[in-house]
Amino acid sequence: MQISGAQMVIEALIAEGVEKVFGYPGGAIMNVYDEIYKQDKFEHILTRHEQAAVHAAEGYSKASGKVGVAMITSGPGFTNAVTGLADAYMDSIPLVVISGQVPMSLIGTDAFQEIDAVGISRSCTKHNYLVTDATELPRILKEAFYIAASGRPGPVHVDIPKDVTAQIAKFDYSIELDLETYKPHTKGNPRQIKKAMEAIAKAKRPLFYLGGGIINSNAAYEVRDLVHATGIPVVETFMARGTLSHDDEYLISMLGMHGSYAANMAMSETDLVIGLGARFDDRVTGKLSEFAKNAGVIHVDIDPASISKLVNADYPIVGDVKNVVEEMLKQSTNINPAKYASWREIIKNFDTLHPLTYHEDTDRLKPQWVIQRVGELLGDDANISTDVGQHQMWAAQFYPFTRPRQWISSGGLGTMGFGFPAAMGVKAASPDKVSINFTGDGSILMNCQELMTAVEKKLPVINIILNNNYLGMVRQWQTLFYEKRHSETDLSVQPDFVKLAEAFGGIGYRVTTKEEFDAALKDAIEKNIVAFIDVVVERLENVMPMVPAGGSLFNMMLLEKKEKK
Amino acid sequence: MEKSERRVISVIVVNEASVLSRITDLFSGRGYNITSLTVAPIPDSKYSRLTIVTSGSVRVIEQITKQLHKLIPVLKVYEHADLVEKEMALIKFPVSENITDISTLCGAYNGKIVNVGDNVIIVMVADEPKRVDNFLKIINKYNPKEIVRSGAVALER
Ligand SMILES: Cc1ncc(C[n+]2csc(CCOP(=O)(O)OP(=O)(O)O)c2C)c(N)n1
Repeated sequence: MQISGAQMVIEALIAEGVEKVFGYPGGAIMNVYDEIYKQDKFEHILTRHEQAAVHAAEGYSKASGKVGVAMITSGPGFTNAVTGLADAYMDSIPLVVISGQVPMSLIGTDAFQEIDAVGISRSCTKHNYLVTDATELPRILKEAFYIAASGRPGPVHVDIPKDVTAQIAKFDYSIELDLETYKPHTKGNPRQIKKAMEAIAKAKRPLFYLGGGIINSNAAYEVRDLVHATGIPVVETFMARGTLSHDDEYLISMLGMHGSYAANMAMSETDLVIGLGARFDDRVTGKLSEFAKNAGVIHVDIDPASISKLVNADYPIVGDVKNVVEEMLKQSTNINPAKYASWREIIKNFDTLHPLTYHEDTDRLKPQWVIQRVGELLGDDANISTDVGQHQMWAAQFYPFTRPRQWISSGGLGTMGFGFPAAMGVKAASPDKVSINFTGDGSILMNCQELMTAVEKKLPVINIILNNNYLGMVRQWQTLFYEKRHSETDLSVQPDFVKLAEAFGGIGYRVTTKEEFDAALKDAIEKNIVAFIDVVVERLENVMPMVPAGGSLFNMMLLEKKEKK
Repeated sequence: MEKSERRVISVIVVNEASVLSRITDLFSGRGYNITSLTVAPIPDSKYSRLTIVTSGSVRVIEQITKQLHKLIPVLKVYEHADLVEKEMALIKFPVSENITDISTLCGAYNGKIVNVGDNVIIVMVADEPKRVDNFLKIINKYNPKEIVRSGAVALER
């Protein structure tokens, strides 16, 4: 079949089973957009900013487990998309991002809207390509999808000059991939797994430390089986929320900087850390030299470079966590869950001592209450996205997650502006669930233009703005570590969020009481259009507990106890 | 601070556009050292071989090899322990210097005179990097006008 490079892009997307493409057109990618116009196999969702297109593709991928696709033009289109690429790279989200480039004859001349896109994306993608001949396109696109989704997943960027999208060449997508330099190691070494299981059988206070890799490899249900078979308690990273259901008897909570006291103490007291798909991020470990000081470490990860990078692994296992956990499960029959009853009791006591909670004592709504309330009202019926800041941490702490892929948030990069577009992608992937975005009054202004996309494409995301008139998380650090010098974090001057939503054809609510909140949420769900619920919350609330950056996990700042009146 | 060691790493990569910048970007982006880097195609293959001389703690060197291996076009990464290592230097001297002495010295360091002009002679030596260091120290008294060194190339014994 002889077709144009632009047609090849379309044919490849169809062959890959792509159903949604998020993007924004422009000069260099116009040939491809012309072909998009002519087809009806997949839907193109026009976001109102390229950054949002990539975040939406991320949200789509996170919710569906498929490769997300974004399409952008050269120059400013591409540079706008870089934040999304970096975000996906840090959180190992499989994406294929296709950008237009100026024609080959103009490359290197500082042509209009030319930028060295592959040069820029090299450091924030798993792999990238500049396509210099259309005959290469079928192979490159096929490789791009394969590389994005296999091994440790990640974004792949394909930059295609305009003349290459116009070039006519042979298209054959049935080609076999021949990637002799790329062979992800998925199978976990059986001898290492056996040794790890022996270590588990010997341990007195073992602890599962679950990371986002479990969600990526769709291993959550296997992990649940392993946890229940062994009776070993569990801490989850921020990225792993939803691996176990919130009411699972073996789940302690999230660990790390804003993890629970019990989770962090368990990590400090354990004699064997069983790390599954977790990368020992500094927001999790706190001071490395004090992290799980007296424990052996089992570390299972698909990425050999993650293992022993920060914490030395006594039992390194390179492999897909799903395969490895299945194998561990087979070998777990000699472990008796009753054995760890007293260890679980110790942890329960930690939890009773300092439970994850907050004080309900002011006239204003507490942000934590809002999150819990959404949890009570919607629970499993909602997918939860967030922006970045205090609201994000409270959502991770207080939402009752019941399943993997319910929780979508920017972990590694911590990108303000992620939440709303990501929630649109989530809604596109999962239309039967309510798509909630918990956001802040700071974050929502980064990418609020997506109201237009959500209205046009009927993606009724409910943005719950936990409005504290501050860049709250930064304000918290200023309060705690900069003697309350609140430099440039006061957001007292604000837009009218209700009118903002309405100006785009969405719906807005301003809420100051519990009753108003319930009513607004109910109404927004019924009306089924994009909504801003602007919730006036306590201004000076802090996220607690907290391990100050670089501090030891067992040295947490705790919620101050209140005197009983 | 952990002890920093000098290491020689060979990398076999698919010979394609921008593969070299992938490698150098990895080093600069992650703050690794490059002391020297040489690269040339492997005859009759689609691969090139890079020899990288670097330094770092054991942990850093381990990360370097793992991260290199993660790059899609990288086929193999060798972290050499027992190897033969050679580096080359070209040195320009005024003809007025004692050419016989210089020539004899070159011979001791696997080298010779490679060019004689009206005003200058050019010599080359090819030897272990430490010995090249040594040679350059010794010939200082003959007023070398220009010195150029290559990176190292290495083969496992
Ligand atoms: C793009 C970007 N810029 C800056 C930051 C630094 N930052 C982290 S949290 C935060 C404050 C967020 O404020 P808001 O969205 O109002 O949420 P809150 O913390 O009040 O819940 C800032 C500025 C960031 N994470 N991302």
